[in-house]
Amino acid sequence: MKTLFVVVEHRQGAIRDITFEMLGKAGEICKTHNLQLTAVVLGWEVESLLNPLSERADTVVVLKREEFKQFDADLYKEALAQLIVEYQPWATLMGQTSWGLDLAPCLAVKTGFPLATDCLDLIIENERLTALRQRYGGKIFTKVSFKESLGILLTIRPGAFPADKPGTYSGQIIQKELAAPLPQLRKKFLEYLDSGAGEIDIAQADFLISVGRGVGEEENLTEIKEFVQAMGGTLSCSRPIVDKKWLPKYHQVGTSGKSVKPKVYLALGISGAFQHVAGISGAGTVIAVNRDPKAPIFRVAQYGVVADMFKIIPALREKLGA
Amino acid sequence: MDIIVCVKRVPFTQEVDLEIDAQKKDVDKESLAFVMNDWDNYVIEEAVRIKEELGGTVTAITIGTEEDEEILRRCLAIGADKAIRLDAGTTELDSFGISKVLAQLIKGQPFDLILTGVQAEDDNQGMVGIMLAEHLGLAHAAVVTGVEVKDKEAEIRCELEDGLDEKSLLQLPALLTIQTGINEPRYVSIMGIKKAAKKGIVLMALADLNLTPEDLAPRTMIEEAFLPPETEGAEMISGEPAHIAEEILRILKEKGVRA
Repeated sequence: MKTLFVVVEHRQGAIRDITFEMLGKAGEICKTHNLQLTAVVLGWEVESLLNPLSERADTVVVLKREEFKQFDADLYKEALAQLIVEYQPWATLMGQTSWGLDLAPCLAVKTGFPLATDCLDLIIENERLTALRQRYGGKIFTKVSFKESLGILLTIRPGAFPADKPGTYSGQIIQKELAAPLPQLRKKFLEYLDSGAGEIDIAQADFLISVGRGVGEEENLTEIKEFVQAMGGTLSCSRPIVDKKWLPKYHQVGTSGKSVKPKVYLALGISGAFQHVAGISGAGTVIAVNRDPKAPIFRVAQYGVVADMFKIIPALREKLGA
Repeated sequence: MDIIVCVKRVPFTQEVDLEIDAQKKDVDKESLAFVMNDWDNYVIEEAVRIKEELGGTVTAITIGTEEDEEILRRCLAIGADKAIRLDAGTTELDSFGISKVLAQLIKGQPFDLILTGVQAEDDNQGMVGIMLAEHLGLAHAAVVTGVEVKDKEAEIRCELEDGLDEKSLLQLPALLTIQTGINEPRYVSIMGIKKAAKKGIVLMALADLNLTPEDLAPRTMIEEAFLPPETEGAEMISGEPAHIAEEILRILKEKGVRA
């Protein structure tokens, strides 16, 4: 029986959420198309990861090597390519994450398989796969098809699918050895650095007032800071503000910043790229103010205002008498 | 330190209403302005900073039409020494094809480091850089937010998830995909770009590269492009700013974050 590979993403002894999301979708595909679901684990001290995986896949293939202690795209690619030759999976799923961005493209060259990245959905009609993805920062959708090939590589957007429930499977755990030697390491891991720590912890705030590109100029942040204080909120922001060094990284909401869970998230001039929106899925109520009526943020907000934030801020301050 | 940067000119789509073209494969680009891919602004800046510190050369490469030379002139104005435009003519290339063409073009050029953006603003694929590294057999790293070149290796910082970064040492030659925010791109005047026009841009064609049709055949095809489906979305609040402010304050009170 043909198999579907899910490459298990883990870090510092914990399985990443994207893994369970991929297993959820892959499990659904396997059931309807009579495929075996195989979770592939590359790592070193991975014993504690295996049981939760065997509850979510038909087979858990484990490759333990000391060189796999830290993720290394070069080595992982070599190892996965060997497993792909042996198992001939119909498709291989990876996360559209820092791992996937480094691993999937080189694996595509190594295997010669077609690759679609950042997939939001996988559609199978008449045994043919098409992937749903976005272009232009989410402003348009595309359906992508693949050249006839022995296998397909896909990276899946975090949050695109719900996580799978445990207990659906009692999978077999298979410890593998590599047939061919690994190449020499060209990257040496030094350390992890926490770039998100700072004076305030936006993940703990109840009321976040968050600003994005719509702020326009750095000088305008003075007005924003006064406003946030008058409102009794906590200041956060989207990526472009940190990229421009207008605010330190610990203010940043999103996949590379912090995931937040305020009661209210007031988004000012934030367009709502998926990396940002992924960080506010735990927010109670989202109120978005943006000049662009087509801004993706309005698709996730409960309340929306199409306006220049600098028209709304003075009106709010006047009502507050501040 | 000889550095090659790969850059792309893309339509500017922020706060722009997009329409789908007649073939239903892409957006209608007729009325759109074009700019350098935002990631590539950081790419050329990083390359020129490294050159300014350690000496060497910077070569900027793009695949595109004569109009796309605008971004090569920008790179030259910022500090690139040489620019190459490869004209692919009417050949449609997917990311794999682009990476193959770049690899063939770069083979035989001296370099210690290749920098590309993490992804392009238009197709949001994030493939070309790392595919190029694999074609050339180079060490590589993705989503790089810091580079310090030390003799035969580079100390790099890569952005992971949840505010975590990874610091590592990478052997040179290597390819890095650069993340936005790694530096503060310098301002370059229109005059500067005009002056740079005189530096000259090397033009190459696909026929110069000795590639087979198999190398260039697309691995993936866009079947259909469409605008996001209408969803229920947000409850919209409209009216005068004073009314909107009142409504926002009412919601804040209702949700218990303001008295």
